[in-house]
Amino acid sequence: MIPAVELDRLSFGYRPGQHVLEDVDLQIAEGEFVAIAGPNGGGKTTLVRLVLGLERPGTGRALLYGEPAHRSSRRRALGYLAQRSELGGDAPTTVREVVSAGRLAAGRLFGPLSRHDREQVSAAIARVGLEAVAEAPLQTLSGGMQQRAFIAKALAGEPSLLVLDEPTTGVDAESQESLAALLDRLHSELGVTILYVSHEFGAVERFVERLVLVRRTLVFDGPPSSLPGFWHDPSHLHA
Amino acid sequence: MPELFESEFMRLALAAGAVVGLLAPAVGFFLVQRRQSLVGDGIGHVAFAGVAAGILLDVSPILTALVAAMLGGVAIEFLRSRGGAAGDQALALVFYTGIAAGVVLVSAAGALNVDLFQYLFGSILTVTRTDLALVATLGAAGLATVGLLYRPLAGAVVDEEGARVAGVPVGALNVALAALAAVTVALSMRVVGILLVAALMVLPVSAATRIAWSMRSAFFLSLAIGLASAVSGLTISYYADLPPGGTIVLVAAGSFAVAAVAAALRGR
Repeated sequence: MIPAVELDRLSFGYRPGQHVLEDVDLQIAEGEFVAIAGPNGGGKTTLVRLVLGLERPGTGRALLYGEPAHRSSRRRALGYLAQRSELGGDAPTTVREVVSAGRLAAGRLFGPLSRHDREQVSAAIARVGLEAVAEAPLQTLSGGMQQRAFIAKALAGEPSLLVLDEPTTGVDAESQESLAALLDRLHSELGVTILYVSHEFGAVERFVERLVLVRRTLVFDGPPSSLPGFWHDPSHLHA
Repeated sequence: MPELFESEFMRLALAAGAVVGLLAPAVGFFLVQRRQSLVGDGIGHVAFAGVAAGILLDVSPILTALVAAMLGGVAIEFLRSRGGAAGDQALALVFYTGIAAGVVLVSAAGALNVDLFQYLFGSILTVTRTDLALVATLGAAGLATVGLLYRPLAGAVVDEEGARVAGVPVGALNVALAALAAVTVALSMRVVGILLVAALMVLPVSAATRIAWSMRSAFFLSLAIGLASAVSGLTISYYADLPPGGTIVLVAAGSFAVAAVAAALRGR
């Protein structure tokens, strides 16, 4: 079976001779829930950008469903929650408007939303529990609710792979817990492959099947239960 | 019939003003939301070089301004997205090159005169039926294009990188937006003038954003405020014997002040 994501002997640097990632081998099968963790500056976000096809490998390959990520025909199957997701403009934008933007790739690009588009938008809003505030401007909601709205936007495109980059930044501990539980539900109910990237993985540790630690290269890849105890210490990872 | 509508020049001016009053904020809405409010101004300065080239070559200055504005708009977008220049530097580069080329061309044409001033400050009261036909046709085409592109443009405002990842052609949309801004600038020159053209693209949007309750409402309120500013500005200028372009923009600025007060009273 073709993996959802495959990085094959991949190296990458933003400047010649300075590798942010070096000799990375990683395969993520369809339906896996994987946390990618590591210290700030360790290359996690760069790894995500390569998976998403926003950067191209210096050497090696980054494949999405078996095709080079930057020109994969399955890019429409991607749901992406960027680090510090926030609205680009300052016009009040309702939750429904934000989530509707998630239908751009899956539905028609031009003209108004179809009935199927609108149904998918409503279903995504319901799935993250924001029906009551669907018509409220996003700017009036808490950080946790805004994060849920952006997850609903990613879900509205009916993704088979959901990539979340530092989804807990600026979100309180309670919202982090409910976010992790939501992701677990999405994973088990919809079978979505989830790539959860964060400098800390405490919130999702009990839900993920696999933990990958990145520090320029992969330094750990396995179930969270087999992670050596001292690696749970953030001071170690940040050293 | 009110006295205002009795003279043909005012009827033509009101019609041209209405088209530009709708088109400028419709295009400006997406520029403002993407924090590119001054792009209209940058394109306006390139259009000045186009006007000067038109006078020098003895062809329609609106046509040459449209071509120059298109090139300027695409150049800003290219420099911003691929040239490695930050957005404001890309703007500054095009802005100053445009005005410098305009000064040189104007000097070469020996055209530092009233002809030039009508493009700098607007001359809506001299709009002819032929001018109006051009403004109405291009204006309607511009509005239809904005309507067609509304969803992808709004999607790129909500989350540009997310749209890129999903395969939405954000680069092509940016170029289309720059081209729309160029058409708007070229059409608006006769109404408010090159120096004030960006104001009509920005002020109604800033006002609407303060009192709107959703992105869609902000968009349509921008159009309503733009239209109202153009029509009421022209009416005031007619009765008070004031310059039309400046009056229209001052009314738009006034609408921003009113919207800001209304938003403050609402506790936002």
